[in-house]
Amino acid sequence: MHEIVSIRPLLAVIASLAVTPILLSARSPNVREGWTFAAGAVKLGIVLSMLPAVLGGNVFCFALTEVIPGIRLAFRVDAMGMLFALVASTLWIVTSAYSIGYMRGLDEHSQTRYFCFFAIALSATIGAAFAANLVTLYMFYEILSFATYPLVTHHQDEEAKISGRKYLFFIVGGSVVLVLPAMIICHMKAGTLDFAPQGFLAGHVTQGLATALLLLFVFGLAKAALMPMHSWLPAAMVAPTPVSALLHAVAVVKVGAFSVARVLTGVFGVDLLAQYGLGTLLAVLASITILVASFIALSQDGLKRRLAFSTIGQLSYILLGVALLTPKGITGGLVHIAMHAFGKITLFFCAGAIFVAAGIKNISEMKGLGRRMPITMGAFFIGSLSVIGLPPGGGFISKWFLALGALESHELAFLCVLLFSSFLNAAYFLPIAYNAFFANPPDDAKDAGIQEAPPWCVAPLAFTAMASVWLFFNPWPFLDLARLAAAQVTGG
Amino acid sequence: MNQYPAFLIIAPLLAACLIASAAWLRRSLCFPIAVLGLGTSFLSSLGVAARVLTDGHFQYRMGGWAPPLGIALEVDYLNAPVLVAVSGAALVSLIATRQIIEREQGPKAPVFYTLMLLAVTGMLGMTATGDAFNLYVLLEISSITGYALTASGDRLAPLASLRYLLLGTIGASFYLLGVGLLYMMTGTLNMADLSHLLPALYGSDAIFAAFLLILCGIWLKAALFPLHAWLPGAYSHASHASACLLAPLMTKVMIYVMLRVMFTVFTPAYVFEQISLEGFVVTLASVAVVAGSLMALAQRNLRRMAVYIVVAEVGYMVGGAWLGNQTAWTGAILHLLNDVLMTLCLFLAIAALAGRMETTDFKNLKGLFSTMPFSMGALVLGAMSIIGVPPACGFFSKWFLLKGAIEAGRFDFLAALLFSSLINVVLFFRLFECALYSGDDHHGPGEHGHIEIHEAPLSLVASLWAAAAGILAVGFYSGSIVNNFIKPALM
Repeated sequence: MHEIVSIRPLLAVIASLAVTPILLSARSPNVREGWTFAAGAVKLGIVLSMLPAVLGGNVFCFALTEVIPGIRLAFRVDAMGMLFALVASTLWIVTSAYSIGYMRGLDEHSQTRYFCFFAIALSATIGAAFAANLVTLYMFYEILSFATYPLVTHHQDEEAKISGRKYLFFIVGGSVVLVLPAMIICHMKAGTLDFAPQGFLAGHVTQGLATALLLLFVFGLAKAALMPMHSWLPAAMVAPTPVSALLHAVAVVKVGAFSVARVLTGVFGVDLLAQYGLGTLLAVLASITILVASFIALSQDGLKRRLAFSTIGQLSYILLGVALLTPKGITGGLVHIAMHAFGKITLFFCAGAIFVAAGIKNISEMKGLGRRMPITMGAFFIGSLSVIGLPPGGGFISKWFLALGALESHELAFLCVLLFSSFLNAAYFLPIAYNAFFANPPDDAKDAGIQEAPPWCVAPLAFTAMASVWLFFNPWPFLDLARLAAAQVTGG
Repeated sequence: MNQYPAFLIIAPLLAACLIASAAWLRRSLCFPIAVLGLGTSFLSSLGVAARVLTDGHFQYRMGGWAPPLGIALEVDYLNAPVLVAVSGAALVSLIATRQIIEREQGPKAPVFYTLMLLAVTGMLGMTATGDAFNLYVLLEISSITGYALTASGDRLAPLASLRYLLLGTIGASFYLLGVGLLYMMTGTLNMADLSHLLPALYGSDAIFAAFLLILCGIWLKAALFPLHAWLPGAYSHASHASACLLAPLMTKVMIYVMLRVMFTVFTPAYVFEQISLEGFVVTLASVAVVAGSLMALAQRNLRRMAVYIVVAEVGYMVGGAWLGNQTAWTGAILHLLNDVLMTLCLFLAIAALAGRMETTDFKNLKGLFSTMPFSMGALVLGAMSIIGVPPACGFFSKWFLLKGAIEAGRFDFLAALLFSSLINVVLFFRLFECALYSGDDHHGPGEHGHIEIHEAPLSLVASLWAAAAGILAVGFYSGSIVNNFIKPALM
């Protein structure tokens, strides 16, 4: 494994941050969105340029200033970070296209503010993916929390205000009260905060302290929405749908899950977790979240709220996979970051498209909608398959590896959790698609002809749906990256 | 031997005298002279800091007279960065508040400039002096000018200033009594001599009494809860020009004086081993942090909220100084420097906003993100630093304070700091919520009509952004500051 010193990680992070002044001063919306796409393309280009070397087992490093004696703000691009950065920077471009259709379709206010904070949020996301130590990770995690606040409260009504407060309470409260002390204790005990492939806490902590630290981290990183720190996510659905799609299905929540994965492997280390039985503890917590969230999702009629509870459950799949502490389990958990991202963003795009075209927010009103919006509902069906984990959806790949991981660790109980939860996923997703295509529409909506959302909305969701299917047949490079990351953290 | 330490203090003093006479000739000369005075002072402070980096501690004898007869300035790793922060912040706030001063004071503006420069002279002198009695004299110079500066403001300012004068005088008298006792016991007022002579007398009750008197005096001037009663009124009724100069500097300089007394005049061995006050003081500091935060939470006015944040921040630094370990001391010193920047940024932002509205009540803040985006942007940065979000500098000093609290096993102080961070989130996001919501109640779809940007004067906004940029720069380089100044200072 070679360490390549390169400024590229920093450039990838600031590519979107650098355009915010241009976005703010742009004279026309088209120029503004043009710059957004340009930044997205540059960002993706820089990330892709590092892909071959990372796949070859190398890492890119770049250190900035020393902020605390012995701790620098630093970037380190390894397979795990690359996987997440690739997902986020690809989907940002798609979401930007979708945002144009959605925001203009609904004639939303304050679009400049919206695009600016989106760009800042993406910078923070890539920063978290490439962070080389806990302080850098914490910094981008916090920046992301605050950059997302104006997006969550975009509508500026009473509901948005209350959701924004809830959002800050859980996310910032968790990171300040739980993660910050945990981080300081780690620094005191181990004298370093740099992520090491097999963790740096081994030999520095007792079982009791390790357990306490683990709980502080997994609950404090509330973006991972491990119950009971989840209730900000359904509340945050008040945001415009593209925000829910990219941030609350991909970027923000997965920064949470990714951070937990990074802390588990890079701070604790797989061996330490196994030695103290902490993997099982986390797996149990994740399993409870998976099942409870799935049951709650069954009872939700608001489409976005149902998707939100589904996301809460799916995030815990990632945690469960890593908590299994076996190469296959970790591979499954990490590749689920990518697979779930493509599937769930499709579903959110569909939810937004349905709202733009038909003004419908609730599942009970969606009967027969497939006749009016065949592309959207077709994509919704494919997205559902992927999130449930049925072929030919990409989600099948991750669930397959998760199941193998459960077998590998001889934890049949977790295998049962996975299977039962998939069944529940099917129970809350498939009726939506079934009713859309086979149930009779309400009388006033019959013979309405095809009424799809604007092309800027439909094209992105068709693209992500196709990508979900494509990833089933060809999961490269995500699967390779996940395998490589799993091998690196398990020392295999 | 370079003359930077002399310029540092003489330049603002000289400028103050020049302004008083220049005002007879041409009023327009006064502001440039003031800028020249503080600018020279700031550049000299950089020179002093550079010299400390290469040579370490050094003594400057005024006029070449050796102490104890002559006046000596002692510059070391501890006060060099404080000098830079104080002179830099004073310069920025002078440039920022020019319009406010000219508008409010009219023909009396030169007097105001004179008072400002004298106050800064006093504060810089207190920071640089190596003599306990000179420190008292300089303390009185900056205090008396401070009373005069705070007396100009709204209707209640004279009353608040009178209260400040009464309490401040009591504080200074306590300090003087303590120094008198020390002189009685040792026969010297020079800090270096005191530190040599005192250890032999550490068992004496008189010395203990002197230490307590000095501490109480300093705490009163530093507004440590519950001795803070003068501060909220003095800083919230005074002119914005006075508040922007005094709020960032006065309490911080007093905290520096406390550190100097604890570390140089007395020794950590005396403070933490001979007498055991630290348990009580840290508890007091925790209470100060919580009480300051809660009182800030109770305010419905931005400016009133800010003054109570200052009270809470004093608790941060006093607690850090008294936790009694290297990490916490590092945190206290770093927080002192950071807090100068943060408070400066906060009060400049308030001054900028206040110029466009009658009062800074929350209800008047509606829609400010649209009408004053630059001022609000800087305020957001300042708020992030006060909350403690990296890479803003406030995070890093909080890091050391929290770590020091864990090392000392003082979980009450740890809890107080975390609680205060959360309250700060509430404080500022309550404010941002108001500012995000525009005056009209229409938030639905549809681009809002073009909103006219109505910013504060350029010099104010530029200075505000200089402070905000300072917050980020100090944050990014806080490791270097700790390595190059604070670590050697604590050796």
